[in-house]
Amino acid sequence: MSEHKETSPSRRVFLGAAGAGLGALALAPGLQLIEISQASTPAPGASSKVRWGMLIDSTKCAKGCDACVTACNTENAINETVRDPRQGAQWIRKIDLKDLKTGREHSLPMLCQHCAHPPCVDVCPTGASMKRADGIVLVDRHRCIGCRYCMLACPYKARSLVFTPLTEQNPEVPRGKGCVESCTFCVQRVDKGLQPACVDACPEGAMTFGDLNDRNSAISQRLARVNSREVRADLKLDLGVRYEGI
Amino acid sequence: MKRMLAGLAAILLLTPVLAAAGAPRPTILIENPGQCIAPVSEMRRNHMDKLQHVRDRTMRQGIRGEKASLNECINCHASKTTGSVIGKGGFCQECHAYTAVKLDCWDCHQPKAGSHKAAGAKP
Repeated sequence: MSEHKETSPSRRVFLGAAGAGLGALALAPGLQLIEISQASTPAPGASSKVRWGMLIDSTKCAKGCDACVTACNTENAINETVRDPRQGAQWIRKIDLKDLKTGREHSLPMLCQHCAHPPCVDVCPTGASMKRADGIVLVDRHRCIGCRYCMLACPYKARSLVFTPLTEQNPEVPRGKGCVESCTFCVQRVDKGLQPACVDACPEGAMTFGDLNDRNSAISQRLARVNSREVRADLKLDLGVRYEGI
Repeated sequence: MKRMLAGLAAILLLTPVLAAAGAPRPTILIENPGQCIAPVSEMRRNHMDKLQHVRDRTMRQGIRGEKASLNECINCHASKTTGSVIGKGGFCQECHAYTAVKLDCWDCHQPKAGSHKAAGAKP
């Protein structure tokens, strides 16, 4: 009995010590997590309360002006030389239209329409094509395999594939060979509270960018006042980009 | 069987000799010592996990400004002579070449610090 009494406390001491050791081990990662969460205060990220959208007034858009395209190329470092012009990346492009009956001509920029129901996301086999909570449609290059299915699915020809190795990227806009890409609404600027580069650059002020869900935003107020249309509204994709005067 | 065992023994015996005669250890130049987000031992072992989890949160959820960030790695670790983390003596490439772990970050990401002046301001 005395022997038992003697071993029992020592065993308890051992278990206690082991427990304390385990406790310390368990605490260390926990402490580290707290430390990390307090050390940096990351921005909350994309919210589903916001729906980013754009209103383009094609009556103001000047024929022959490509300030939006140039600004996009500068911001997103789209400057590679390609063997065939059809291989060039095109996030935003100018289109000139003419009504053959009346002869009325007008011009507009065409870009990713940031659909609420994007066909590119539906068809993507890897989940690379995605829509952020705030309605911005993006390609996750970590998952894109360059199959170009989304390029075929897009009714607006908004996407392109990078054919050449790149070296002069904007650090905030990674892009590279073998991935499909398209307009991101300059997500790196939007997340900082800025406007897309094309909107800032338009000399006519023909482009309005903002939150479609916010009744007080400039874009919502204008949309409530003027007649605007979606391109190929018959597809019922609920576009983020709308046009006046088409 | 006997021959196989003998071969195995020979390989085991030779390994230290081969390792000693192998590639020279990488020379890692740390431009801004003591300012990393975690101790060296942890960064050496876990930097890829830190970056991978952050990249998905940033890319897919739009959460920016987290502690681990590839651009911050580059801004701090880029060589003061070449301005890059790759190339001869580059912080990333030196180790990755030594350990034969392929780096494909730089197929898309910019390995040079502060090289691009993004525009977008009013003309």
